[in-house]
Amino acid sequence: MRDFIAFVRSSLGAVVHGSSAYYRWLAFLGVWMLLGCAAATYQFANGLGVSSLTDQVPWGVYIANFSFLVGLAAASVLVVIPAYVYRDAALYDVSILGELLAVAAMVMSLLFIVVDLGHPELFWHLLPMLGILNFPQSMLAWDVVVINGYLFINAYVVSYLLYSKYCGRVPNKRWYFPVLLLGVVWAVGIHTIPAFLYASLGGRPFWHSAVLAPRFLASAFTSGPALLIIALTVVRDQMHFPVREEALHRLRQIVGVAAVFNLFLTVSEIFVEIYPGTSHSASMRYILVGLHGHNLLVPYIWSGIALSVFAAVVFLARPLYSRPKVLLVACACAVIGVWIEKGMGLVIPGFIPTSLGEIVEYSPSFIEFCVSAGIWAIGAFLYTLMLKVAVPIELGTLRLPGAPNERIGLDPIRGAA
Amino acid sequence: MSEDHQNDDEREAVVEGVGKAQASRRRFLQVLGAATATAATSQADAAPWEEYFQQHYKRLTDEDKRAIFARLEAEVQDKYGVTVRINDPKPIDGVEFAYALNLQACVGCRRCEYACAQENNTSRSPEMHYIRVLQMDKGSLDVERSNTTYEGAVPTPEHYYQPVQCHQCRDAPCVRACPVNATWAEPDGIVVVDYNWCIGCRYCEAACPYFARRFNYEEPTVRPSEINPDQGYLSNRLRPRGVMEKCTYCLHRTRKGLMPACLEACPTGSRKFGNLLDPNSEVRQVIETKRVYILHEDAGTNPRFYYYFG
Repeated sequence: MRDFIAFVRSSLGAVVHGSSAYYRWLAFLGVWMLLGCAAATYQFANGLGVSSLTDQVPWGVYIANFSFLVGLAAASVLVVIPAYVYRDAALYDVSILGELLAVAAMVMSLLFIVVDLGHPELFWHLLPMLGILNFPQSMLAWDVVVINGYLFINAYVVSYLLYSKYCGRVPNKRWYFPVLLLGVVWAVGIHTIPAFLYASLGGRPFWHSAVLAPRFLASAFTSGPALLIIALTVVRDQMHFPVREEALHRLRQIVGVAAVFNLFLTVSEIFVEIYPGTSHSASMRYILVGLHGHNLLVPYIWSGIALSVFAAVVFLARPLYSRPKVLLVACACAVIGVWIEKGMGLVIPGFIPTSLGEIVEYSPSFIEFCVSAGIWAIGAFLYTLMLKVAVPIELGTLRLPGAPNERIGLDPIRGAA
Repeated sequence: MSEDHQNDDEREAVVEGVGKAQASRRRFLQVLGAATATAATSQADAAPWEEYFQQHYKRLTDEDKRAIFARLEAEVQDKYGVTVRINDPKPIDGVEFAYALNLQACVGCRRCEYACAQENNTSRSPEMHYIRVLQMDKGSLDVERSNTTYEGAVPTPEHYYQPVQCHQCRDAPCVRACPVNATWAEPDGIVVVDYNWCIGCRYCEAACPYFARRFNYEEPTVRPSEINPDQGYLSNRLRPRGVMEKCTYCLHRTRKGLMPACLEACPTGSRKFGNLLDPNSEVRQVIETKRVYILHEDAGTNPRFYYYFG
C-alpha cells in the first residue's frame, strides 16, 4: 500500500515537471479543453438544438468521431500481438505506448457518445440492474459493453505493468497475461461491433453491407498504427525514448498492407453500389458526385480518398517511405484519410436521402465543432500525461526509491514463459 | 401474432425479473424521495429528484403512476395555466390495431398531418409532424422520386399522394435498437415511447425505415390555448426536450373506441382503421378484398400499416 502511494506521488511528480515545450503543449490543449467544456455546457443547457442535427440527419460529427476513434484503438492490439505472442523485442519496447493510445481512444469515443445524448444525465438508465441495458438485442448496448470493457482491459494491463516496473519487479505473467489475451479477442469486438451498429440497419442501404465490418477492420489497422508511428517519433525526439528502427519498420509494414486493403475494400463497395445503378446506390452517388444538385460532402470525401491513395503509395515505395519526414506526412495523411472516410464520410450519407427520399444536408455547427475539438484535446491531454509517467518508468529512471534503475524488457517475459 | 405476444410476454418477464432485484433499490429511492420531500418546503422542490430517479414505465406500480400523473398535471398547470388530465388506457385483449390507406383516393391535402399535430400536442415551433405526405410521380412507386414540400392546389394531374406515418411494425427495428428499452410494442401492436426513460441517443430514428420518429432537439412549444387536455401518458402528453416521440395511432382515443385524429380529419375517406383480429372490421375487409401494397416491404419489418388501391 505504501508502495502504491509512492507510485501515485511519483506519477503526479512526473506529470507536473517538464520542459517549457511540454507546458506550452498542455496549455494549448487546455485552451481547447476549456472551449470544449464551455460549448458542451452550453449544449447541455440549451439542448441538441444548438447542433445542426435534424430528424433527417440525426447523427453527425459526434458519432462520426466515435466511429473513427474505436478504430484508432487498433494501435493496441497490433503491437500487443507481435510483442507478446510473437515475442518481437522491438515492438515489445513500445507496446505500452500503443496500449495507452487505446485507453485515450476509448475515453474519447465514450465522451463522443455522451455528448451525443439528448439526456446524458440519465446515463444510469444504461446500467444493468439499476436501469435496463437492452442486451443482447440492441447493437448500441453491445457497443456500451465492448467499449467499456476494452477501456478496462487496457487500463488494467498498463497499470499493472507500469506499477510492477515502478517497484522494480518483473511483471508476473499470471496477473496480466490472461487479461492481455482477452484484450486481443476483445479487439475483434471493438472493431466489429461498431460496424454492426450500422450494418444491422436494414433500412439504410448505404450501411447495410457485409463488407462494412471488414472495412472497419482495415481502416482501423491503417489509422491506429499510423498514428502510433507519429507518436513514437515524437516520444523518441522529445522524450529521448529509444525506439528501434525495426519497430517503426514493422508498424509501417502493417499500415502499408492495411491501407492498400482498405482502399481495395472501398473500391469494391463503390463498384457494387454504382455499376448496377439500383435505387439503393443513391447515398453512394450523393457522396461521390452529388444527388439532385446536393453535393456538400463531395469535395470532402474526394480529399479523403486522395489522402488515402497518397499514403498507400508512400507506404509501398521504398524511395519515399525511407525518408522519415515523408513517412510522417504519409502517416498523417492516412489518419486524416480514414477520419474522413470512416467519420462523416460514412455516417452522413447513410441518412441522405432519407428512407422517404428527402435530401437534407448536414455540416457541423460551431458548437459541435468546439465540443469535438475539446474532446480531442482531452484525449491528447490524457495521452500526454500518461506518456509522461509511462516513458520514465519504461526507461528505468522513475522507480520506487531503492528499486533497481534498469530497463525491464522482453527477456523477463521469456523467462517467465 | 401469437409469436408476437410471446415476445412481448418474454420482454415483460425480463423486465419484471430485473424488477425484483429492483425492489430494494426502489424502497431506498422511496425513502430518499420521502426524505427530500420532508426536507423541502414544497412538493415542487422535490419534483426534480423524483423525476430524475423515476423508473421505467413497466416497473411502475399503479400508485407510482398516480403520483407521476399528478405531478405532470401540476407541472402543466404551473407552466401553461391549463388543466389537463393524464390517463393511461390499457391495451384491450383480442385487439391488434392496423391501418389501411387508399392511395387512389388520397388527394394530398395534408389535413391528417395538421389534425395529428393538434391532437398529439406536437411542437409548433420548431414545427413537428408525425405524418409526411409524399407527392408521388405517377408511374412510379419509388419514394425517392417524391416531393414532401409541394405547395399549391392539390391534387395535380401528374401526381398521386402517399401519407406516411409510423407503421407500428411487428418486427420493429426501433424497438430492437433502443439500448434502454425506452420504446416497445404494446400487446395491441402500438409502439410507444417512455418519454421519461428515453436517453435521446436517436439510434431508433436511424433504424426506422419509414422516417416515422421525431426527436425534440429543442424545447417543444404549444400555445396554451392549443393544448389538447385529454392526454395519454404513453402518447400525446407534453414531451420534454431531448427525447424521441412518434405516432401512437392516437392510443388515448383508439383504446377507448374512438378513431385516430388523422382518420377523422380525412375528407376523402382514404383512411381505414380498426382491429385486425376482428374478421368484420373495415381494415380486415380491405386487406382481404383489395389490392394491398406495403411500403418498404423488403425492409422486413412487417408493418401494421397497409396501402391499397380502389
